[in-house]
Amino acid sequence: MTNPANLEPRRPRSWLRRYVFTTSHRVVGVQYLLVALAAVVTGAVLSLFMRWHLAWADSLIPGWGLIKPEDYLALLTLHGTLMIFFVTSAAPQNGLASLILPEQLRGTRPSDSIARESGEPESEVRMALPFLNALSVWFTLFALVALLSTPFLPGGAAISGWTSYPPLSSNALAGPGQSYGMDGWLIAIALFSVGSLMSAISVLATVITRRLHGMKWMQMPLTVWSWFVAACMMLPAFTVLLAACGMLFSDRHFGTSFFFPPVDVMNGVVLHHAAGSPLLWQNLFWFFGHPEVYIAVLPAMGLTTTLLATFAGHSLAPRTYRIMVAATIAIGLLGFVVWGHHMFVSGMNPYVGRTFGLVTIVIAIPSAVEVIQWLAAIFAGGLRRTTPLLFILGFVSLFITGGLTGPILAQPILDAYLHNTFFVVAHFHLIMGMAVSFALFAAIYYWFPLLTGKRMSERLGRWHFWLSLIGAYAVFFPMHFAGLAGEPRQYAQLTGTAAFLQNLLPLEQFITMAAFLLVAAQLLFFWNLAHSWIRGEKSTPNPWDAGTLEWEAPENSLPARSAQ
Amino acid sequence: MIQSWLTGTTAPLLAFQTSSFWMPRAGSLHGPAIDSLMRVSLLTLAAAGILAQILLLAGLFLPRERRPRFSPAWRWVASIIFVACMVWMTVVAENLWSTIRLTHAAPNAVQVEVTGVQFEWYFRYPGADGTYGAIKPNLVDAAGGNPLGLDPADPHSHDDIVTSVLELPVERQAEIRLRAQDVVHGFFIPGMRVMQNATPGMPSQIHITPTRIGDYAIICSQLCGLGHYRMHAILRVVSQQDFDTWLAQHQAASKEN
Repeated sequence: MTNPANLEPRRPRSWLRRYVFTTSHRVVGVQYLLVALAAVVTGAVLSLFMRWHLAWADSLIPGWGLIKPEDYLALLTLHGTLMIFFVTSAAPQNGLASLILPEQLRGTRPSDSIARESGEPESEVRMALPFLNALSVWFTLFALVALLSTPFLPGGAAISGWTSYPPLSSNALAGPGQSYGMDGWLIAIALFSVGSLMSAISVLATVITRRLHGMKWMQMPLTVWSWFVAACMMLPAFTVLLAACGMLFSDRHFGTSFFFPPVDVMNGVVLHHAAGSPLLWQNLFWFFGHPEVYIAVLPAMGLTTTLLATFAGHSLAPRTYRIMVAATIAIGLLGFVVWGHHMFVSGMNPYVGRTFGLVTIVIAIPSAVEVIQWLAAIFAGGLRRTTPLLFILGFVSLFITGGLTGPILAQPILDAYLHNTFFVVAHFHLIMGMAVSFALFAAIYYWFPLLTGKRMSERLGRWHFWLSLIGAYAVFFPMHFAGLAGEPRQYAQLTGTAAFLQNLLPLEQFITMAAFLLVAAQLLFFWNLAHSWIRGEKSTPNPWDAGTLEWEAPENSLPARSAQ
Repeated sequence: MIQSWLTGTTAPLLAFQTSSFWMPRAGSLHGPAIDSLMRVSLLTLAAAGILAQILLLAGLFLPRERRPRFSPAWRWVASIIFVACMVWMTVVAENLWSTIRLTHAAPNAVQVEVTGVQFEWYFRYPGADGTYGAIKPNLVDAAGGNPLGLDPADPHSHDDIVTSVLELPVERQAEIRLRAQDVVHGFFIPGMRVMQNATPGMPSQIHITPTRIGDYAIICSQLCGLGHYRMHAILRVVSQQDFDTWLAQHQAASKEN
């Protein structure tokens, strides 16, 4: 029996209802990707200004003039915050999960009778909590607007980096940007945390309640497992971050003293507080910060496993599948007990440092197991050499290069030299920045036909891939040497620093030129995206012969689906 | 511009020839051990990385029929080798960490206190009485010559020596007490292979033993504000005799004040 309401032709919805104020999981997913796109373009442009200043500190930037040290720090803070929160966290997890997850589960409501009573079409594929999911992207958008408005506030944007260690971040006396700019940063991150919590709840509810009838946990695609584990990590991680932001805000304005030392002489002014601890912020922040790395990278890892099987033309062997699920869960659990490796030099008890070092080495093992499985799949051959596959191979390559320096930084004794140097910048930009971006590109090239019914140009895609790969290595590989030489990150310029650092100027100039190449190569991607959307070759319903359920839809283009 | 472009593009090649793209020469007791661990770890991991990248390239370009066939067991062999390398590295590294950080400073160590202030390093020696004088935050007056806020009412503070250069005798341990006045600073001496944060309200201790006479850069490794990049000072390692002379001179100068 069908609800008669469903038989009546629906009134066509307005453009606003279809693409802006909608709970359609696909549109919300695309909205997330658009937010991430705005963030990544801004973040990349800001990084070019930074690179330029670091290489040629005295030259004038057209339309800006001379970049002052505090401007550099504001650029750095915005760049880090945009990229880590709004790109590598919002896009692969919140965005792609909303876009693809419900269709890979293809589940309707658990009970048909409930569906009939609520008038929901029985076959509709959606997130379990569509309104919450849709609301989450709005919080993310408001967070982005809040963050991007901070440079226009009196004093400018915050200058304390994406980690915002107090007391630098807890008092306006600490520097320009630390008054309104810092408040804006805290509000932006709090809004982002709320949005991410909503998204995580909605992903968890979808995986738990809306699997296709009969789909068991151990039959879910690995992408779904990764989104699920990452969402499990997001709940405690973002809750703690939200609380920490609230505490810091309260320290700044309501006279509390969570993170203030008892006495602080800031800029000649003596500040008295109850006895708080600046170290507490570091613990809370990294309790979020390290899981955050895995929230960003787990979806990419799941996508890699799934796509390697798809392009090899077979499904995963049951044994490999079980190993990969176990590794994903292990990473999710261990991800919560390694945060102290960001704090080896914080003055923490050296015994604590030892413990965190050991656990960090342990977490390298499930990651290495996954890498070895991928390498085995790649070497076994028979892979169709498509653009998404190239980007997946790029992800694996960058993940390995960036990942292998992890065990070095995990050793407290080696980290006590490399901490906060360019070696760390190389490490996390390769594994988190570049690798995750490559996985995102793979995802877009791969799912583009599903969303638009068109194919992206393979020829442009290959050019985009090779130029980006060369660019990524040219930018981030030499940074290892700058770090080994002892160059700290977050230095606005090398002129005026200790003499030995000035020898590194040629290296930094090379990196800057490579950064311009890397960013320029992305224009190919945007051209491909726009051109293929409008004039692209028509795609067959399942162009990659994929075995996952999102390709099974009878009609699968974005307007068709969202018009329902 | 063109010249810098040329030097820029050849920089990665130069990296292997000049020492400016590698760790500066170590001048501390544990420096060579740390360096050797760093070198061996980097080489081992680089070898693993290169091997993996070759497999990737082969997977992409080598025709299927020309590839050697491996038994599936090699995945386990590779995993076990990886774990073994990790265990070995961890054992060596943790041993070194214990030797350096889980020990107390020697009783005859030179005492020195380091204070990080936006954007200066100050060094304080306790003087002949071996005790640091009291510090009062409301007495802090950098322009008036009391950057640390030494309390003149405390007799221990009379012989304290405050300098902007860190001078240490060679072949003798130095116990360094780290403080910060305003925000978190990172006390980093690359040549000594030592880094630790100076956190306001949380003094901490480290100790180092310089083994080679010379000058070493002290820089700030924790973002501390707009002048972060220019917050640097010099560590001057000298003979014990020179150190005593230097200390005596400063002692005399501080008494005159």
